[in-house]
Amino acid sequence: MASIASSFIGIKSPNPFWLASAPPTDKEVNVVRAFRAGWGGVVWKTLGEDPPIVNVSSRYGAYSYQGARVAGLNNIELITDRPLEVNLREITAVKKQFPDRAMIVSLMVPCEEESWKRILGRVEETGADGIELNFGCPHGMSERGMGSAVGQVPEYVEMVTRWCKQHSRMPVIVKLTPNITNILGPARAAKRGGADAVSLINTIQSIMSVDLDLMAPTPTVDGKGTHGGYCGPAVKPIAMRMVAEIARDPECAGMAISGIGGVSTWRDAAEFMALGAGTVQVCTAAMTHGFRIVEDMADGLANWMEEKGHATLRSFQGAAIPNFVHWEDLNLNYKIIAEIDQDLCIKCGKCHIVCEDTSHQAIGALRVEGQRRYEVIDAECVGCNLCMHVCPVDGCITMVEHKTGLPPITWKEHPNNPMRRPLEATPAE
Amino acid sequence: MTMQSDVAAGRLSPDEYRRNFDLDATPPLTGRQAVIEANRCYFCYDAPCVEACPTGIDIPGFIRGIATGNVKGAAVTILEENVMGGMCARVCPTEILCEGACVRMAQEEKPVAIGLLQRFATDALFEAGGQPFARQPSTGRRVAVVGAGPAGLSCAHRLAMFGHEVTVFEARPKAGGLNEYGIAAYKAVGGFAQAEVDFILALGGISIEHKALGRDVSLGELRREYDAVFLGLGHNAVNALNVAGEDLSGIFDAVDFIARLRQEPDKSRLPIGRKVVVIGGGNTAIDAATQARRLGAEDVTMVYRRGPETMSATWAEVEWAQTNGVKIKHWAQPRRAIGHGGRVMEMEFEYTRLDDGGRLVGTGETFTILCDQVFKAIGQRFVPSPFDAAAGEVLELSREGRILVNEDRETSLKGVYAGGDCVPGADLTVSAVQDGKLAAHAIDRALRA
Repeated sequence: MASIASSFIGIKSPNPFWLASAPPTDKEVNVVRAFRAGWGGVVWKTLGEDPPIVNVSSRYGAYSYQGARVAGLNNIELITDRPLEVNLREITAVKKQFPDRAMIVSLMVPCEEESWKRILGRVEETGADGIELNFGCPHGMSERGMGSAVGQVPEYVEMVTRWCKQHSRMPVIVKLTPNITNILGPARAAKRGGADAVSLINTIQSIMSVDLDLMAPTPTVDGKGTHGGYCGPAVKPIAMRMVAEIARDPECAGMAISGIGGVSTWRDAAEFMALGAGTVQVCTAAMTHGFRIVEDMADGLANWMEEKGHATLRSFQGAAIPNFVHWEDLNLNYKIIAEIDQDLCIKCGKCHIVCEDTSHQAIGALRVEGQRRYEVIDAECVGCNLCMHVCPVDGCITMVEHKTGLPPITWKEHPNNPMRRPLEATPAE
Repeated sequence: MTMQSDVAAGRLSPDEYRRNFDLDATPPLTGRQAVIEANRCYFCYDAPCVEACPTGIDIPGFIRGIATGNVKGAAVTILEENVMGGMCARVCPTEILCEGACVRMAQEEKPVAIGLLQRFATDALFEAGGQPFARQPSTGRRVAVVGAGPAGLSCAHRLAMFGHEVTVFEARPKAGGLNEYGIAAYKAVGGFAQAEVDFILALGGISIEHKALGRDVSLGELRREYDAVFLGLGHNAVNALNVAGEDLSGIFDAVDFIARLRQEPDKSRLPIGRKVVVIGGGNTAIDAATQARRLGAEDVTMVYRRGPETMSATWAEVEWAQTNGVKIKHWAQPRRAIGHGGRVMEMEFEYTRLDDGGRLVGTGETFTILCDQVFKAIGQRFVPSPFDAAAGEVLELSREGRILVNEDRETSLKGVYAGGDCVPGADLTVSAVQDGKLAAHAIDRALRA
């Protein structure tokens, strides 16, 4: 049987599914429920200096798509609003009760060495396994010079990370904000500062929707709204790209990654891990369905690993990274063409209309003896996949390789590229 | 056997009557259900459902409106093509029309609930009130419409929109035709048929005169006094069994039973037999049989002379009757009604089969069913009795006796159009609405030429 036991920067957990620093990890009662449900670890909701912050009433906005609830979620909640003492006491108690689970404590204090030094000592006393530096919170705290205000400046990231490594024996995870042009800036800074790992992504600055009656962004607080942090299934593609970018960066080599962003299923987790993540952190899915989802995540991942012959998580971790290349490294002589299985086709015509209206006019709409028939015009098909994506029937439209007989060629060598490098004159390094 | 028939009113409690007749047979969708269902629609290109709708409603278009929260737009999209979209949402045999053609049938045999979605949108518009349609400037032309049923009202509404003045002649006390007199109560609860008539008339330009063609007014007069005439006469005759004992008391035409039931506000006043036999295999037979059960009849047997596959009632209707406890017997034809003291007591049937030539023949074997009431539902006809042939009111008829029309629904008499059940084609509300609409367009073109 495949093992899903995780060892991440020396922190062990029975599975790689951690709850992210967020409302589900704010209190002992929640975390105990999570551990009983089977979660491998938690990142305790961010602690700050006393006096605690004050949260607003009305905190979440959700994005519904085609009748599905919570395709995306955003929040305008801040860090914990409970006294530091209470949180530390509960963390100590929970860790004692569940010694086999990962207990990470998220921290956010002002950018002063003394502040960090002070809180690190206290967290260490709880017996926590590690800390996560919240450099990502995109609202409320950033205006006070914390959260993403730090995460957006690589020099600060490096500086605070270094303080934490100096003043604590605990492993340090730096949580990165996606609200930045190039994720490698803060990731490399974390590495320079000595971080054991990065975790990403924190939430994306967002306006969830506009209440057209109130004429205010949602969620509204007494008639007004503010931008919040966006997360959930909708952000997964953005998160995975950033994770992969760091995973393949030579300067970040050796630094572990905890993947966050829309992880809802074992498959999402497997994808993040294939792109280099060692663990994944979950929040929105749990906030949508409750903690029980971890059962299928653990079971599903183990079954998939078993089927694919992966005995441990390490066996496939980062396996997709060598195939994550830059566009200019793709083979321009590779060609695929759509093929419609007429026996499976239900005649919805969606492939035709999207190709006709928005793409390459490569699917003809015919009537054969009065019956609808949609046919690919091979000569016009560029192999874009659009028809396959809109087709509601699994396996009805497949993209079939069309042998060009031409050798692979990339843009770097292509004659149309004015900056091309001649094949025969590759400079020696 | 006691020679006493058992026919009584008030067999049920007030609450049972209310449940059986005043509640929707199929409850409407809630807002959330409608959005979920609307999102099941694939928004097909060249959608098969549209082609299957006799009125050609832009079904993916209106469903998208529901999905996006543009419910008013959805309702207008429906009513533009079918002004009786609200009633059709309730009574259309969607399983053989739009929903039968839905691509999800091919995929999972679970079509988008188009009928229920259509009802959701149109109900919302009716509830909000207001008139989404406007009349074009008056043309000063006058059109006579005979019959205030679905065909006639559809024609009148479209003509009024075009700016013509329309007079509708209706023999019965209420407008609405079979929507008012011919549909099972639980399919159109809450006075919906009249609400729809009111909605149509609220456009303006339509007046109703309670006169019967051939009695109070003649086709000749209408042709002289109006610029065009549309005939939406419906069926005006019922087929007879032609068996001995047919005139015994306790034997009724199912259409009369259904009409009386619809018009009776207090269903506990309606007498119903303990044992009821319904003869026929169409939707009228289904509605009579099911409503007999719902009035408290203990045993209701529908007898149809052929097999299940040739019944004109759809499978959904048959299932509905069976769910209501109606027993259906196939392959038997009525031989005679046996009575006592002038009242029907038994119906004798002969088993049937198809002979080698595919013709229906009796096998000679018979059986009888004890009954207190018999409802006949073996078909309705149109007979040209409202026309005075001597006065030149001669319309070309089909072999089965219906009024022949061309693609524009124009009859063999110039300027006289017809539609609905009095012309050949499917006897459906939705087809009648389409006939009226097409005729109105043709009349408008002719009047503007």
